[in-house]
Amino acid sequence: MEKWYLMTVVVLIGLTVRWTVSLNSYSGAGKPPMFGDYEAQRHWQEITFNLPVKQWYFNSSDNNLQYWGLDYPPPTAYHSLLCAYVAKFINPDWIALHTSRGYESQAHKLFMRTTVLIADLLIYIPAVVLYCCCLKEISTKKKIANALCILLYPGLILIDYGHFQYNSVSLGFALWGVLGISCDCDLLGSLAFCLAINYKQMELYHALPFFCFLLGKCFKKGLKGKGFVLLVKLACIVVASFVLCWLPFFTEREQTLQVLRRLFPVDRGLFEDKVANIWCSFNVFLKIKDILPRHIQLIMSFCFTFLSLLPACIKLILQPSSKGFKFTLVSCALSFFLFSFQVHEKSILLVSLPVCLVLSEIPFMSTWFLLVSTFSMLPLLLKDELLMPSVVTTMAFFIACVTSFSIFEKTSEEELQLKSFSISVRKYLPCFTFLSRIIQYLFLISVITMVLLTLMTVTLGPPQKLPDLFSVLVCFVSCLNFLFFLVYFNIIIVWDSKSGRNQKKIS
Amino acid sequence: HSTDFEVHRNWLAITHSLPISQWYYEATSEWTLDYPPFFAWFEYILSHVAKYFDQEMLNVHNLNYSSSRTLLFQRFSVIFMDVLFVYAVRECCKCIDGKKVGKELTEKPKFILSVLLLWNFGLLIVDHIHFQYNGFLFGLMLLSIARLFQKRHMEGAFLFAVLLHFKHIYLYVAPAYGVYLLRSYCFTANKPDGSIRWKSFSFVRLISLGLVVFLVSALSLGPFLALNQLPQVFSRLFPFKRGLCHAYWAPNFWALYNALDKVLSVIGLKLKFLDPNNIPKASMTSGLVQQFQHTVLPSVTPLATLICTLIAILSLVLSPRLECGSAISAHRNLCLPWSSDSPPSASRVPGIQPSIFCLWFKPQGPRGFLRCLTLCALSSFMFGWHVHEKAILLAILPMSLLSVGKAGDASIFLILTTTGHYSLFPLLFTAPELPIKILLMLLFTIYSISSLKTLFRKEKPLFNWMETFYLLGLGPLEVCCEFVFPFTSWKVKYPFIPLLLTSVYCAVGITYAWFKLYVSVLIDPPIGKTKKQ
Repeated sequence: MEKWYLMTVVVLIGLTVRWTVSLNSYSGAGKPPMFGDYEAQRHWQEITFNLPVKQWYFNSSDNNLQYWGLDYPPPTAYHSLLCAYVAKFINPDWIALHTSRGYESQAHKLFMRTTVLIADLLIYIPAVVLYCCCLKEISTKKKIANALCILLYPGLILIDYGHFQYNSVSLGFALWGVLGISCDCDLLGSLAFCLAINYKQMELYHALPFFCFLLGKCFKKGLKGKGFVLLVKLACIVVASFVLCWLPFFTEREQTLQVLRRLFPVDRGLFEDKVANIWCSFNVFLKIKDILPRHIQLIMSFCFTFLSLLPACIKLILQPSSKGFKFTLVSCALSFFLFSFQVHEKSILLVSLPVCLVLSEIPFMSTWFLLVSTFSMLPLLLKDELLMPSVVTTMAFFIACVTSFSIFEKTSEEELQLKSFSISVRKYLPCFTFLSRIIQYLFLISVITMVLLTLMTVTLGPPQKLPDLFSVLVCFVSCLNFLFFLVYFNIIIVWDSKSGRNQKKIS
Repeated sequence: HSTDFEVHRNWLAITHSLPISQWYYEATSEWTLDYPPFFAWFEYILSHVAKYFDQEMLNVHNLNYSSSRTLLFQRFSVIFMDVLFVYAVRECCKCIDGKKVGKELTEKPKFILSVLLLWNFGLLIVDHIHFQYNGFLFGLMLLSIARLFQKRHMEGAFLFAVLLHFKHIYLYVAPAYGVYLLRSYCFTANKPDGSIRWKSFSFVRLISLGLVVFLVSALSLGPFLALNQLPQVFSRLFPFKRGLCHAYWAPNFWALYNALDKVLSVIGLKLKFLDPNNIPKASMTSGLVQQFQHTVLPSVTPLATLICTLIAILSLVLSPRLECGSAISAHRNLCLPWSSDSPPSASRVPGIQPSIFCLWFKPQGPRGFLRCLTLCALSSFMFGWHVHEKAILLAILPMSLLSVGKAGDASIFLILTTTGHYSLFPLLFTAPELPIKILLMLLFTIYSISSLKTLFRKEKPLFNWMETFYLLGLGPLEVCCEFVFPFTSWKVKYPFIPLLLTSVYCAVGITYAWFKLYVSVLIDPPIGKTKKQ
């Protein structure tokens, strides 16, 4: 590529923004006794380094599961162990058993931030760059602009480098998976995706599209010939990678079960804190959490999730295409986020990643979604004192998107990929010609609401009676937006090939 | 926070809480007001906004005060004032007509120039991380340059006069302005061969120029003249009591001089030429101190540096020996009292006309002026007394304007900026700032080198093997200084080594760039002639 230097510049800009954000505060800084996610990660280093593997997931006098017990799959624990070895080399106090609890210092913060940066640099950023280089049908300049926008996505930066988590690892692996599968390296792709699931169980949000797409590919090749061979190979890869990741825990049944129990804490309820999903928003009107018994909640959320992602998945099995795959990833992850059980506000990043991937195809809607997704985490970011970096990075991201895709000029029905949908609606409702204008107005309303709500949250104190007023409002508004996006993405997916057929008919 | 942060807070406090008559006398803090009056007025205006943020920062006795609101206000004031800089960059981009190669926006000289100026690594870290108000001052300078390019000479002169009363470091480039305005504005016509037509001298223009400068100065210094405080103001503005170099040597000629002195003294001790008892103690044990006592070479006085600077700028005694590139002989020649030399005459150096002379005898329009201005800034950086490493920006920013025009200038610019920027690294010394400075530096360097290479891809390569090797050497140097050295046993014994290495290494590059620029100014034919051919 002749413009490699611009790509380097883009990556460096991404890195600079990341490091600048990381100079800010992290979750739970100086807030004993529980601190925050930063302390959780440090605690895991302490646990994995000092205790034998068998005790990692069990409650004991040395491992109080109530205090940030490990609740991610084993590879996360291995990663912590690796970091712990480095920490031991630099300063053993950081990971001393018991005594290091709540350890905070400038040097330690620097160390933790560096581990995030290194993980990001090794996994997520190369995947993004490669993905943008592999994009078809767009100019080099657009590819670079696309990479810039993806790398500047504020949600991920703020959570990883501000709040403190290692989302870039799991998301990066998932991206490698997408990359592999869209380039027809199915085996490598599924291996990468297995790693992603094994790093964070939340990656299961993406699992169904992967499964459906690969299954669809197998069907397409014919289940009696090549397709079957591929299916067997894929199954082997998946089983082998799972076995490898879980090896120390497969020795005893109790170990495996305990890890699974830690990974899927059903008894923690339908939702925690404030999440921009259906259940939390609905909770404003009706306290479902208290009215319905736990198992009914579970079944209910399962049914809703299943129903909402069914159309997209069926479509993908029947007509596997790499474009449809990306859109299905979005809609499935969004369904999971909106309807499933025990969702965190940070899980919206799992939806944002595939939306970033379709940024070049539907720039207007993607930018809008990514803005809303960042906004939906506002209460969390405010709690971590990350207001300034959030505002600045969001503005930078918005400007980058506007200039590189000129999104405001791309609001025609065709560019929103709604052409075939409106044609089919027009068969019944001939006057249905105002769709793109409606969407523009909705965007305007949505952005104004977000800005106003942000301003109000920051400047006004909540009323005495309703201390959570603003965070509930933020969740509610974001939830409405997300519902709209769910409908939109499903429409695109369902009407997608019809347009192809129509075009064929016309031609 | 850096000392400059406290300096500016203190100035806010001084101008806000004291009457004008006290401004240049106040000495509670060691960071006394040592900028010209306009800057004091600027702080005065700022302080009236600052009081809505935090009243406490405006107290003179509140030394080293820093609250989050103070921080916010100070940082925002710099960002806000940068608007002027952005405007000036826009004006400059309008009047630069560089090479037209690509059709794409990212390949246009204007785009490249605006990135080079707006993303300038040095300005970014000095203003927004270290903390100073250089952005809008450079904005004024670029704006005045742009006005000269647009033939609005009076406006340009006015802006520069104002700038001088904001920060007097810009005096370094004043000769370029003076000569250019005199030659190209006060003389209205040239002879066909480009030489001066004496009869075309316009007194009206000279007087109006003088009037502008005089009025601005009167506005600035008038109140202090009325208060009879002018000597005090000047003693604050020009403190000659400081040493030749900062604790961290700015990478200029004197850094090389000092390093040579050290090397000679070490060799002298080894070979028993020198008596260990006669050596000033500070010179070898602590390494870098303000009052540097030279052991072998003669110590340098302020007057000597002044003379060197003037010589470099005016180049009255440009001996043929300098051409040979023998730095030592050249500096001996420059530093010896020049009374021993025979009276200088231009005839002694046939074919070579020095920089200011070039501006006079071979006027090349605003471009020639710009080269001369850069050379003035760089020469005074090279030989000035107590130069701060930040002063390199004074040469780098105007040089950016030249770089998009000609391949030769681009090559000099890249060497100068890369080494000059690298020499700013010691400004940010804490561990969390380390990645940020490396990333920003890489960002700017990679962009500037690649984009200029793309711009001049049809001409000969910008660097020869030696320059490439030198620039690549900065990488290992950084690794040694910041990653390897802290883990070695020398860290306690010789803590000054990284700074010394950085300073000397960069000094080589900057001296080289200065020399190359000098030569290019001297031998380049006037643009007008080449165009005709």
